Amino acid sequence: MIASALSSANLFGLCGASLAGFGLFIVIIHASLLRRIVGFNLLGAGIFLVFGAIARRGAAAGFDGDPVPQAMVITGIVVAFSATALSVALLLRLFGLTGRAAFDAPPADASRQDET
Amino acid sequence: MLPANALPAYVTTPGGFLLVLAIILPVVAVLAMLVLDPRHARSVVGATILAGVAAALAIAEELIRTGAALIYVVGGWQPPLGLALRADGLSATMIAMTAIVLPGIAIFARGLQDLKPETRNGRAPTTFWSLLMGVWSALCLTFIGQDLFNLYVALELLTFAAVPLVCLDGRSETMGAALRYLMFALLGSMLYLLGTGLFYGAFGTLDIRSLSAMSDDRPAVSVALALMIAGLLAKAALFPLHLWLPPAHAGAPAAASAVLSALVIKAPIFLTLRLVAEVAPTPMAAIAGKILAILGAFAIILCSVMALRQARLKLMIAYSTVAQIGYLFIVFPLATGADALPPWGTIAWTGGALQLGSHALAKASMFMAAGIIAEAFGHDNIRDLSGFGRILPLSAATFGLAGLSLMGLPPSGGFIAKCLLLTSAVLGGHPWLSTTILAGGLLAAGYVFRVMNRALATPQTPLIIRRKIPARLEVVPLILALLAVLLGFVPLEPLGLLQIGRPDRPAETMP
Repeated sequence: MIASALSSANLFGLCGASLAGFGLFIVIIHASLLRRIVGFNLLGAGIFLVFGAIARRGAAAGFDGDPVPQAMVITGIVVAFSATALSVALLLRLFGLTGRAAFDAPPADASRQDET
Repeated sequence: MLPANALPAYVTTPGGFLLVLAIILPVVAVLAMLVLDPRHARSVVGATILAGVAAALAIAEELIRTGAALIYVVGGWQPPLGLALRADGLSATMIAMTAIVLPGIAIFARGLQDLKPETRNGRAPTTFWSLLMGVWSALCLTFIGQDLFNLYVALELLTFAAVPLVCLDGRSETMGAALRYLMFALLGSMLYLLGTGLFYGAFGTLDIRSLSAMSDDRPAVSVALALMIAGLLAKAALFPLHLWLPPAHAGAPAAASAVLSALVIKAPIFLTLRLVAEVAPTPMAAIAGKILAILGAFAIILCSVMALRQARLKLMIAYSTVAQIGYLFIVFPLATGADALPPWGTIAWTGGALQLGSHALAKASMFMAAGIIAEAFGHDNIRDLSGFGRILPLSAATFGLAGLSLMGLPPSGGFIAKCLLLTSAVLGGHPWLSTTILAGGLLAAGYVFRVMNRALATPQTPLIIRRKIPARLEVVPLILALLAVLLGFVPLEPLGLLQIGRPDRPAETMP
């Protein structure tokens, strides 16, 4: 029973779920923006692993090693890479302007600042 | 559960290529701008907008003429392996709304850039044009995609085009706001992607038409829907996930704020509507609708109060956006709660669509008017704007007309929308929703009158004009605000259009 429940697909699915959980935890808990970006990558990696497990198990198509989720993972990795690149670029610029790598104040505090 | 092949296949309709044009034209413009000299950016955008508006009009015309949804099967590959694009009445309405608001914003942005001829072809204006075209393409794809993963890509395209719009001026506050927006949006995409994976694992397809026939109340479906809707809410800035919106929308340059507030946030809301109305089984849709409506009601009340308390005009308008989004989520229980009628047959559905359209027009014109005020006086502190109506009468009129629609006063599109929602709430026996709608209208009146009071006041010390604003710049927002009001005079026209292509079963959509 336990052996059958722990097939490779299930094992990888569980690993993916825990990775996603760790990632989500880091994203929510940490104030440091670089850590949050790493957290997003961890979350993404977990989700891609879940996709892999779904492909291995074979979705409703009915055969093992369904290629469709793998194709989606490739697209997903490209998107996640661009997202990381964009956020790191923004973070670098923010760091260059303010010398900080975290949100210092709640957004409402920006209300008094003068701008055009 | 039906097997996927029991459903009728998608057939490309004669006008189907128009859908591809709507997506591809702005992308071509982005590529052309990358290659060409920045001096040509404006002519490229101008030509693309003309072509894109023509495509949007042709889609609407074809839809009304045939009375059936437009379909395009990409590459001739049938789902579940291939992708289908499909525009029904609601999608066509959204595309048409985008095709009205976006060119208006583009003309305004052009006029605003002309005020500073030395930087007109600089980096920020050129980047703005590329991003604007990127937003347009992503919006069209979101409105007509039929595949959940394809829609994920569309949402990401939208995010990547929208986030840099926030920080075009490169100040540290806007950098922070953009990064905060990106964090929320990324979290939203990740949750959405996980839900997509669960759907594929359960059904082996991501095609919305197949999913709506197959989805049942197994746990995987509820988890997947909960993840996807939560992700979309983070992107749509529904209370309590709205924290990123006010600094991002208020910090962006005027034209960018108008795009973000009027159009960009509508895409995730549209997808939420599709998920709840089409994919979720009825009992699950009822639960989701209740939760969404409660959050929407909180958004209306709390964020309207926040809007009342803002010192800066643009922040006030941004909070008003969060409040007005709440109305769109109130639609869910009102539209899904009916027994005999399908969701799209209820008056709440029509009211929701009208609210979407009138808010897009009103909010775009309001942000543009605020941009003109900030440009003219060098600041937008409401307290120090006494008598701006004497100097910028057209902008004050724009603000008032757009405010009519936000408050829901007759005659305006917002009035008809809120009236339909209110009627539906009263008839459906949701007293707390009707109270919220009325209270939200009063609060909106409060923050609009606060600005109008300043506009018409006699100043103690005359306002200092930093830059002279040509009248033609003020005309564009005024036209959009007038359209928001005029929407109130054609309530029956959208009603029929919204029904086209529903339900999503080809045999029944024939007239």
